[in-house]
Amino acid sequence: MSAGNRRLPGALLTLLLAWLVLYPILVVVAEAARGDAIAAFLSRGGEWHALWASLWISLASVALAAAVGVPLAFLFEWLDFPGRKTLGSVIALPAVLPPFVGVIAFLFLYGESGFVARAVQHVLGLERAPWRLQGAGAILLVHAYSMYVYFYLFTRAGLAKLDASMLEAAQALGAGRWETLRRVTLPLIRPALAGAALLVFMTALGSFSAPYVFGGGFRVMTTQIVATKLNGELPLAMVETVALASVALGGLLILRHTEGDDILVALGKGTAPRRRPIQSRGGRALATAAGWLLALLLLLPHLTLGLVSLVPYGTWTTEAMPPVLSVVNYQRLFGEPERLRPLVNSLWMAAASTAAAVALALVAGTLVGRRRPGRIPWRGPIEGLLALPWALPGTVFAVALATTFSAQRPWALRWVLVGTVALLPLGLLVRNLPLTGRAILAGFRQLDPALDEAAASLGAGRWAAFRRVTLPLLRPALAAGASLAFVAALGDFVTAIVLYTYDNRPISIEIMSSLRLSELGVAAAFGVILMGLSALVLALGARR
Amino acid sequence: MTPFVVFDAVSKRFDRAIAADTVTLAVGRGEVLALLGPSGSGKTTLLRLLAGFEQPDAGRMIIDGADVGGLSPARRRCGMVFQHYALFPHLDVGENVAFGLTGHGKREPGNVNRKVAEVLALVDLPGFERRKVQELSGGQQQRVALARALAPEPRVLLLDEPLSNLDPALRERTRRELRQLIKRVGITTLFVTHEQEEAFDLGDRVAVLATGRLDQVGTPDDLYERPASLFVATFVGRANVFRGAAAQAFGGADGQIVVVRPEALRFSEIGIPGVVKERRYTGAAALYLVDGDRGERFEVLAAPGAARVGDRVFVEATRVLTFAEERQ
Repeated sequence: MSAGNRRLPGALLTLLLAWLVLYPILVVVAEAARGDAIAAFLSRGGEWHALWASLWISLASVALAAAVGVPLAFLFEWLDFPGRKTLGSVIALPAVLPPFVGVIAFLFLYGESGFVARAVQHVLGLERAPWRLQGAGAILLVHAYSMYVYFYLFTRAGLAKLDASMLEAAQALGAGRWETLRRVTLPLIRPALAGAALLVFMTALGSFSAPYVFGGGFRVMTTQIVATKLNGELPLAMVETVALASVALGGLLILRHTEGDDILVALGKGTAPRRRPIQSRGGRALATAAGWLLALLLLLPHLTLGLVSLVPYGTWTTEAMPPVLSVVNYQRLFGEPERLRPLVNSLWMAAASTAAAVALALVAGTLVGRRRPGRIPWRGPIEGLLALPWALPGTVFAVALATTFSAQRPWALRWVLVGTVALLPLGLLVRNLPLTGRAILAGFRQLDPALDEAAASLGAGRWAAFRRVTLPLLRPALAAGASLAFVAALGDFVTAIVLYTYDNRPISIEIMSSLRLSELGVAAAFGVILMGLSALVLALGARR
Repeated sequence: MTPFVVFDAVSKRFDRAIAADTVTLAVGRGEVLALLGPSGSGKTTLLRLLAGFEQPDAGRMIIDGADVGGLSPARRRCGMVFQHYALFPHLDVGENVAFGLTGHGKREPGNVNRKVAEVLALVDLPGFERRKVQELSGGQQQRVALARALAPEPRVLLLDEPLSNLDPALRERTRRELRQLIKRVGITTLFVTHEQEEAFDLGDRVAVLATGRLDQVGTPDDLYERPASLFVATFVGRANVFRGAAAQAFGGADGQIVVVRPEALRFSEIGIPGVVKERRYTGAAALYLVDGDRGERFEVLAAPGAARVGDRVFVEATRVLTFAEERQ
C-alpha cells in the first residue's frame, strides 16, 4: 500500500479510536465543568482527603514494591543456590491472581476471621480476633504483595541485559563492589526501575479492589467516585473522575520524564554477568530455606482460596481450621444454571472484548506499525489513542463510558447503552486496547520490511503475504497481547462494578454478592476457577 | 630484560575446556606483548586472569615483583580496554575518563579535570569531555576507552582485541597510532588478537597460544622463520604441509612432517611434477595453486609471469621446516 492509500484507512481508524477512548473522557470533562459540582468538590474536606490518600498510597506502594522486588531480583539474577530456577518462577505467582481474587484471598488469610488471625487467637486463647485487616495498612499490604512482581520482573530483565564488561571495566578502574553498584549498575538499570515505578504507581492509583474491601472509612479516589455515583451525585462523581484522571496524567508525565531513553540498547553488547554460586554451605542452606519460606508465603493466598472453596456453607464457625471439607460448592456452581451464568458471562465478554481489541490492534499495526522510511501518516495519533486507556484508572473510563452512553443523541454519536449488556464488554474492550496494542505494535516493529518485499517478489499477493509471512511471525506477540487482555478482562472488577447489569454480571460481581451473603465457600470456588483460568491462559500465551 | 609481568605455571579450566594449561610467560618492563591464537585458544582468559576477573586453578601471577593473586580487580591497577570498549552509556566522555580518578578519596576535582584533559589530548580527542559516548564513531570510542584505561596511570595496559570492532579501512591507521601511543607512554602492554598481521605489527614479541597451551614466544621473525611447532608454522603465515611420501620427496625423514612456505618453493627444471590449477595475482607476485601428480596440493609464490593455468611444472623447495609427526 502506498502512503496515499493508507491515509484514508488511517484517518478512519483514528476517528474510531478517538470515539472509543477520547470522546467519553471529553464528555465527562464537559459535564463536570457545568454546574456547581466543582465548587462542591473544592469545598469538601473529604474529597481532598481521598485525593491525597490516593496519591500517598500510590507512592508508598511504589516504595514498598521496590523494597521487596529489587533485592529479590538481584538475589535471583546474580547469585546461584539450590532451587533458584523453580523459586524464580514461583515468585511471579501473584501475577496470576486477579486483583479482586487476591484481595479476597487476603481477607480469608489475614482478615479478622482469616486463618492467621484464628490461629493466633487460638494459640493465645484470646476472646476476639487479635486484629482487623483494615485501613491504609491493609491496602498497602495487598499492594506490596501484588505489585512487587513488576519491580522483580523489570529489574531482572534490566540486569539480564547488563553487559558484564561494564562492571569489569568499573572494577579495573578501581571501583569496589558497592561503588560499582552505585556508580554503574543502578544508573544502567534506571530505565527498568523507572518503568516498574511508573507501572506500580499507575496500578496503585487505579486500584479499586483493595480499598473497596479493606478501606473501611479510609477512602481513596477510586472508591470515592463509586460511592458518590451510588449516592446519585453524578456531577460530583464526574468532577472526582476528572481530578483522578489529572493526577494519573501528572504522575505519568513526571515519571516518564525520569525514565530517560533506553540507553542500554545503544551500546549494550557482550554477555550478562555470570551468576555467582553462594560459596559457604551455611549461606547456601540459608538462602534455600529463606527462598522456600518466601515461596510458601507467596503461595499462601492461593492455597487459602483453595481450602476455603472446600468449606460447605455454615460448617465453619469458631474453629481454627474448617472441620468439614467437600466439593459441594463446586457441584452447586456447575449444577445450578443461575450460578454458572456469571462464569459464562465473564468468558464471553472477555473473549469478545479481547477479539475486538486484537482486531483493532492488527489493523493499527498493518497501517502504522511497520518500519518504513519517511513519515507514516496517522501513526502518532493511533499509537497515542491505543495507549491512552492505560494512562487512566479503570474507574475513570467506567464512569466516562457510563456518562457518554446514558443519552440518546445519535447526531453526537451517543446512544443509550446503560442498562444493556453491551456496555460492559465495550468498557472491557477499551481497557484491553493498550495491552493488545502495545504487544502487537511491538511485534510489527520487529518485522523486517524486506520480508514483505521478499514475499511479493516470490509472487505472493498482499493478503497471501499477510497470512503466510506476517501472521506467523506475529504469533508470539499476538498470543502475549491476547492472553494478557483476556486475563485482565476475565478478572475485571473495576469496570464491572460501574457498568454491569444483572444479565451480564461477571464472576467478580458474583464473588462480591456471595461474600455479602456470607457464602465464603462459593466465593472462594469462583476465585479458584478464575485463578486457574488465568494461569492456564497466561501459560498458553507465553508458549513459544 | 627484567620481567615486570610474570605468569608462573598458571592453569585455568572452565567445566571441561582448558583455557590455560600451565602457562609460564614473562613480559619485560615497557614491552608490548601480543597474545595470538585462534578463538578458544585461551588468550582472552590470560588477560582476564591477570586483571583479576577470573581466578586461576593453579599457578601465580606477578606484577612488579609482587604476587597479585589475593588482590581484587579494583586493586591490581591493570588498565583494560574491552573488546566492545564497555564505555558507560550513562556518562559522557569526560565522566567516563574520570571514572577511575574519582570515587572515595582519590583526587581533587581540579586535578581530575586536568588529568582528563591531558589523556584526551594524548589520544587526540582534545575538548571531547562533554560529548556523549553514543555519538562517537567506532574509532573515537576506542580512543576514549584507551584514555579511560590510561587515566589512573595503571601499571599494565591490557587490550582485548582492540581493533576488531573497527572497519578494515580504519584498522591499519589506528594500529599505527596505537603503537606510537603505547611507546610514547612507555607502559607494559599485553594485547589479544587473532590476526597475525596485527600481532606482528604491534607486538615487540608475540606469544602464540593453542587450546590453552603456550606454543612459542618470540619476535615475529622468530615465529616465521623458526616456528617451534607445527601449529605455529601453520598458524603464522601461509604454509604447505606435506606428510608421508610427499614429505620424503622434499627431503623429510621417515615419520616427519615437512612444512614449506610458498615463497620457499619455486618452478624449476627438476623437482615434484604437477599442473597449475589456479593463479592469483597479488601485484608484485602471483600465488600459484599446483596439483601434484601424486595427489598433493601446494601453493607457490613466484613472479607474475612464471607460469600459466594448465602449465605442466616442476616444483622444488629452497628451504624446508621439519617437524616430528604430531602425537595424537
